[in-house]
Amino acid sequence: MKQLLVLSGKGGTGKTTVASALIQLSHAKAFADCDVDAPNLDLVMHQRCEPIKTDYFGMPKAIIHEEVCIECGQCQSQCRFDAITYNQFNETYQVNLNACEGCGVCELICPVDAIHLESLVDGQMLLYKDERVFSTAKLKMGSGTSGMLVTRVKKQMMEEEIDTNIAIIDGSPGIGCPVIASISGVDYVLIVAEPSLSGISDMERIISTASGFGVKTFVCVNKYDVNTEYTDKIEGYAKRKHLEFVGRIPYDVEAVKAINQGNTIVDIDCASGRAVGQIYETIKNKL
Amino acid sequence: MKIAVLSGKGGTGKTLLALNLASVADKASYLDCDVEEPNGHLFLKPKIQFVEPVEVKMPRINEEKCTGCRKCIDFCRFNALAYVNHSIKVFEDVCHSCGGCTLVCPENAITERNKTIGKIEKGLSENVKVSTGILNIGEASGVPIVKQLIESEASNDELVIIDAPPGSACIVMESIKDADYCVLVAEPTIFGTQNLSMVHELVELFKIPFGVVLNKCLNHDNPAENYCNDHKISIIGKIDYSQELAALSSRGELVSRTNTHYQTLFKTILNRIVEEVAYETTSRT
Amino acid sequence: MKILIPVDEQIKDTDVCMSFGRAPYYLMYNTEDFSYEFIKNTGAASQGGAGIQAAQLVVDSQAEVLLTPRCGKNAADIILGAGMKVYKTLNPSVQYNIKEFLEGRLNPLTEIHPGYHNHGGN
Repeated sequence: MKQLLVLSGKGGTGKTTVASALIQLSHAKAFADCDVDAPNLDLVMHQRCEPIKTDYFGMPKAIIHEEVCIECGQCQSQCRFDAITYNQFNETYQVNLNACEGCGVCELICPVDAIHLESLVDGQMLLYKDERVFSTAKLKMGSGTSGMLVTRVKKQMMEEEIDTNIAIIDGSPGIGCPVIASISGVDYVLIVAEPSLSGISDMERIISTASGFGVKTFVCVNKYDVNTEYTDKIEGYAKRKHLEFVGRIPYDVEAVKAINQGNTIVDIDCASGRAVGQIYETIKNKL
Repeated sequence: MKIAVLSGKGGTGKTLLALNLASVADKASYLDCDVEEPNGHLFLKPKIQFVEPVEVKMPRINEEKCTGCRKCIDFCRFNALAYVNHSIKVFEDVCHSCGGCTLVCPENAITERNKTIGKIEKGLSENVKVSTGILNIGEASGVPIVKQLIESEASNDELVIIDAPPGSACIVMESIKDADYCVLVAEPTIFGTQNLSMVHELVELFKIPFGVVLNKCLNHDNPAENYCNDHKISIIGKIDYSQELAALSSRGELVSRTNTHYQTLFKTILNRIVEEVAYETTSRT
Repeated sequence: MKILIPVDEQIKDTDVCMSFGRAPYYLMYNTEDFSYEFIKNTGAASQGGAGIQAAQLVVDSQAEVLLTPRCGKNAADIILGAGMKVYKTLNPSVQYNIKEFLEGRLNPLTEIHPGYHNHGGN
């Protein structure tokens, strides 16, 4: 199956709004929400079945066994991540699991072998399967999203033998690990840009991150009428970078209403939905 | 007083609020902790006074002392080391700088050197002292930058506005852990509300007093407002969606500096926050 | 000559695994005695740097050639640095790729993608 990934760099540009519309338009039978920090796609893609849940074990973290601990404090002094503190109340050393990076230095240096690294359940992978396959994950709060989890979410979708011309992936904002992991192996990227100074700055950073992968990249602008001058700038920039500029979507109050009612913008008749429809027609020929 | 502005979801207007709160104060410091995509400086246009690099430690192998025992490779949980052509190769982009390999090497063949992963730019924009954290492209974690940013203003007794990164992961926690009050910015969509519930959980866990500002409000049912009412969360401000505000912000204009309506609006929110902090302080003592 | 290919199962008539770094096994085919061996990829479950650990395994196996659909920069640095040759697989079948390689019809892998750091949290 060919994979189209929707990215933006900046948050809030309309990635999920566009991705969900594309899923409907393309009749994609497989899709994934890789924005595992803040998954939203499920709110508009109504899955009628219960998901198959799989525990996701995160990076092993340090656990101090109090009974063995002699309170020498060496673990605290060697920890580079300030993850070990002394709890006056309980009179024990304890590990802040959010700060712990699982490096193993404390386990290594503890003179009485009181520290061990253990893998804990950080969240769950979810797989919805009916006529369509929808893969996502829900992380426990504080668990870092990781490239590994993003890769697993994609893999979970890919492993299902479903006949679909295209699979759509809703990516995450930013330029870090999870985004890089989501780009690897996809066939196409659609960047949803926003015509603002912040939006342009972030778009340039995501294009720079994605360019190393040599994936065919499309660019569109959402809420283009907020600033048509910047929209033109984005179009010019895309052309200079040899990326395909595929369309403009207007700011649309009807879109907000549709989303809030749990629909995609192509489930109702509205200006933004029609614009995404045209963008899909443009992209379809190039897939 | 340290106020952190967070949102869970990107694009809700977190930076808009943080910037304008800082600019309507008599004097304030603004910290841009969204190190992957820092935007505050585009609006504040600070005159940069100095730049400090943010460095992490990277292993350096002394080839002459190395015997190829591979204890360092066996220890490293991040697979940052490999043995090729009779020498150890270091993969800096996955190294977490834990220092473990330097401890484990029986020949003391590993020392450390500094590597720059980003920088902090400090400058001035009228009444606002601006500190921007920037992560170099390709680097994996911005946490050391946020730590350095927060440290640099730790002893600042005056008003500090922290523009947190979106989401609720570790980097957000680092940004808010020393805050006296958190402002959660929410947009009127179900997407925004789902993410609001995540940062809500976060601030409750950290036991930091907080309130919500509803942004981009339209004339219909607001799921974020309903969420706040259901959970008895203080709504400390409401900003209506306005094409004009969107257009001005898109151009990088700091509206409270150029428009009296917005100046008043943001000043009202800031005053409300100050009141809330004072209330929390007195009710705790 | 020993040829290595990432695979999902320990069967010689299987398909090539889509991922190099997280392939569960590597199939090793020896052209001299036509034998097959499978190496377990202990790095497949790592949070981060899976490609690096996989590449270390590949280099330690002393194979001369790697056939793979893709490969990241970090892994490539190790594998090419050790003097191994890397070729791009054409279609899913392992047997097809071995045959095509031996008949000189596979091309060297030139698109090395940037290292992607699959690591935890922070």
